[in-house]
Amino acid sequence: MSTTAVPDVAVASVNEGFWTRTRKVGLVLVALGLLATVLFGALATGEQARFTLSEDAAGAALEINGTVGAIVFGLIALAAGGSMLAGLPKRWFVPVLAVGLVAFVLSFLCWQVSAAPTGQNFMPLVNIVRGTFLLALPLIFGSLAGVLCERSGVVNVAIEGQLLMGAFSGALFGSISGSVWVGLVAAAIGGSLISLLLAVFSIRYLVDQVVMGIVLNLLALGITGFLYERLMQTDAARYNSAPRFSNWEIPLLSDIPLLGPALFRGNIFLYLALLLVLVIHIALFRTRWGLRTRSVGEHPTAADTLGVRVLGLRYRNVIMAGAVAGIGGASYTLALFSFTKNMIGGKGFIALAALIFGRWSPTGALLAALFFGFADQLATYLGAINSVIPGQFLAMLPYLATILAVAGLVGRVRAPAADGKPYIKG
Amino acid sequence: MSDPNAQPGSPDKEPASEDQAARTAVGNTERAEAATTTGGPGPRPTLGRLFLENLWAANTFTVTLLSLVLAMVVGAVLMIISDPEVLATYSYITARPSDAINASWTLVSEAYANLFKGSVFDPAASSFNAALSPISETLTYTAPLVFTGLSVALAFRGGLFNIGAQGQATMGVILAALAGFLLPLPPGLHLLVAVLAGALGGAIWGFIPGILKARTGAHEVINTIMLNYIAVYFLTWLIVQNGVQDPNRTDAISRPVDASAQLPRLFGDGLRAHAGIILAVLATWAVAWLLNRSTLGFELRAVGANPDAARTAGISVTRTYVLIMVFAGALAGLGGSQMVLGTTAAALTPLVVAQIGFDGILVALLGRVKPWGVALAALLFGALQAGGNRMQSYSGISLELVTVLQALIVIFIAAPALVKAIFQLRAARAARLQTSLAKGW
Repeated sequence: MSTTAVPDVAVASVNEGFWTRTRKVGLVLVALGLLATVLFGALATGEQARFTLSEDAAGAALEINGTVGAIVFGLIALAAGGSMLAGLPKRWFVPVLAVGLVAFVLSFLCWQVSAAPTGQNFMPLVNIVRGTFLLALPLIFGSLAGVLCERSGVVNVAIEGQLLMGAFSGALFGSISGSVWVGLVAAAIGGSLISLLLAVFSIRYLVDQVVMGIVLNLLALGITGFLYERLMQTDAARYNSAPRFSNWEIPLLSDIPLLGPALFRGNIFLYLALLLVLVIHIALFRTRWGLRTRSVGEHPTAADTLGVRVLGLRYRNVIMAGAVAGIGGASYTLALFSFTKNMIGGKGFIALAALIFGRWSPTGALLAALFFGFADQLATYLGAINSVIPGQFLAMLPYLATILAVAGLVGRVRAPAADGKPYIKG
Repeated sequence: MSDPNAQPGSPDKEPASEDQAARTAVGNTERAEAATTTGGPGPRPTLGRLFLENLWAANTFTVTLLSLVLAMVVGAVLMIISDPEVLATYSYITARPSDAINASWTLVSEAYANLFKGSVFDPAASSFNAALSPISETLTYTAPLVFTGLSVALAFRGGLFNIGAQGQATMGVILAALAGFLLPLPPGLHLLVAVLAGALGGAIWGFIPGILKARTGAHEVINTIMLNYIAVYFLTWLIVQNGVQDPNRTDAISRPVDASAQLPRLFGDGLRAHAGIILAVLATWAVAWLLNRSTLGFELRAVGANPDAARTAGISVTRTYVLIMVFAGALAGLGGSQMVLGTTAAALTPLVVAQIGFDGILVALLGRVKPWGVALAALLFGALQAGGNRMQSYSGISLELVTVLQALIVIFIAAPALVKAIFQLRAARAARLQTSLAKGW
């Protein structure tokens, strides 16, 4: 099992003459735009595609003729791609790319909504936004756990296990005590137990961190599955009927159209997730702790020379990460469902994808998690309107996007320099 | 710890000191004999003494065995704390400690006895077939794990961490099953084509992270994790398509593989062991040859040890990376193909590959990423799986305990320093158990 440090293979240089990254992306966007204009435009029907600002077909709505919408938005995507091909200044790259991609999605939606069975030619935006946030919740917590860990130089592949352990201990202790708050604390402790193992074995015993993460996922899966069958299945009333947090409505803010009902009538986990993104972002980039964390993740020897306790900081961050992920797991069992075996079902790995796609930053992770949540929610919606697009392909989207991102096709992602390398004081 | 005089005393060391005591009781003649056979004058240690010293040193064998013991101890604790009746006896342990001890012992010993009976031998077996049944079950579970384990081990030796064995096995099982029920071929040829299709499926799924790593430097760990999930979603989509889904069923299950594409059974129709285990032994031999005797194997190990030095020596690192992942993928695909061509199942379902890819990672680590070590580790995991089934049906202990045991064994062997500290082991003569240095993203 000994692998020495393998630096990545010589990276193909991105700027080769005419075909700069902007032009390559532009070419892809042009192709997408053409696809949208021609194919989506042809398949869309003349029905009005209605995007309602409520939970059902009623109320105010944005309407557009399906065919017209598909073609117009397709042309916008085409134009965005074309401008990139023509040689766009670098600072315009991100906004134009965003416009192009959003236009492509809108064109797609115009086709889908207009082609839905009669009477269902509407998309309730409140539901979509709320569902996006709901599905993104474990991803946000999970990827924040990843940020805390990996920014200080410990690879966290065990997010799945931390979420699962959090969900399990939240359900178990919430049920036994009958208190949501006890459940919440237990979930945080459960998640940090898994990350304590990760910390001890990777920092103290120098076990390969990716290996340890994989093994811990299996361990968490085994322990929770075992105790679930032994305790929760035999006596569900006692061990698996945790109380749930109710939804808190925030006055004033909840009256904002669209965003109000979707965002400000949620449960504590939604507010906690958004708050944590803000707090971790500020802490990471504006405080002494953040500076030390980042320096330990980039160059631990230098940090040590300046008197930062590298290993102590790593222990602390990894355990905090576990607590965050544990709370994320509880967002299932203390708000939505009772615990079932393997209930996280790969969300931890999507969270890992969100972390990488979001380039190891809290806000990036939030946006990536929301994007993945949107893909998930869209799959549900398309299933409900009997779309021809199989939901499985939409479910692949987060993973495909991540592969494209790490391959450098959508901008280069770079991990903290010392991520995954154990620090041996010497 | 290197002082042999410190040996007696600690209760942990009882086996060794007992063994020693028994030897001295036999008499000094044996010792003298041993001394003459080794022929060394003076302080040269005897063969017997060397054996004893190594028995309690932190060598591969001892650490593996003690890891197994430690894992089973933790498993026993889990069994006890999750059994309300046994736990109840602990409430009056100060009054009647025998109750708690007896209840715990009955629970744990019965469970582990069933684990043994289900995987190795059941003394109560009445017929020849029944006596052979546990071994047959063990071999059935072992065969695919050998392949996925070899897949991970091969990549590891080349410096790549293949977490994608699960996805490669999934693509392997898909293509093998498609070839198994779509192609009308004569027996024999049909099986060969189906097996090769499985290898091809895995190889394609290994090629993608390989070429991405070689061309863009994208980390294979990230890409293989992502490809695992893409493969699973592809499988769940494919199963319900026309021509693939079983026309008589409404749930997600494909048509069964034709009999002409099934691997033959080894011990007759009553037992599940199939020719996959023979393929597994052949594959182990082939990988061992590839790694240790072939040019490609040399290049692979050179790249794994130091890619920069390998590049300087004229080895094409990018080509090697792609080849490693293609071979690793093909192996995992072969493992996956056995899940439908063997006796485990005949049709595709969303969970048809079970966990063989992830288990393969554990198997590779337990086997110290050496081909024959991997085969032995797969045998242990196969036995745990087979015994776990019996433990579940006879003792009512959830099969999940096996997952816990497997994970714990690997955690302990991955951190030999911990095992060494717990059991106060001596340092091994040859320090082969170095911990790995992670390489990160």
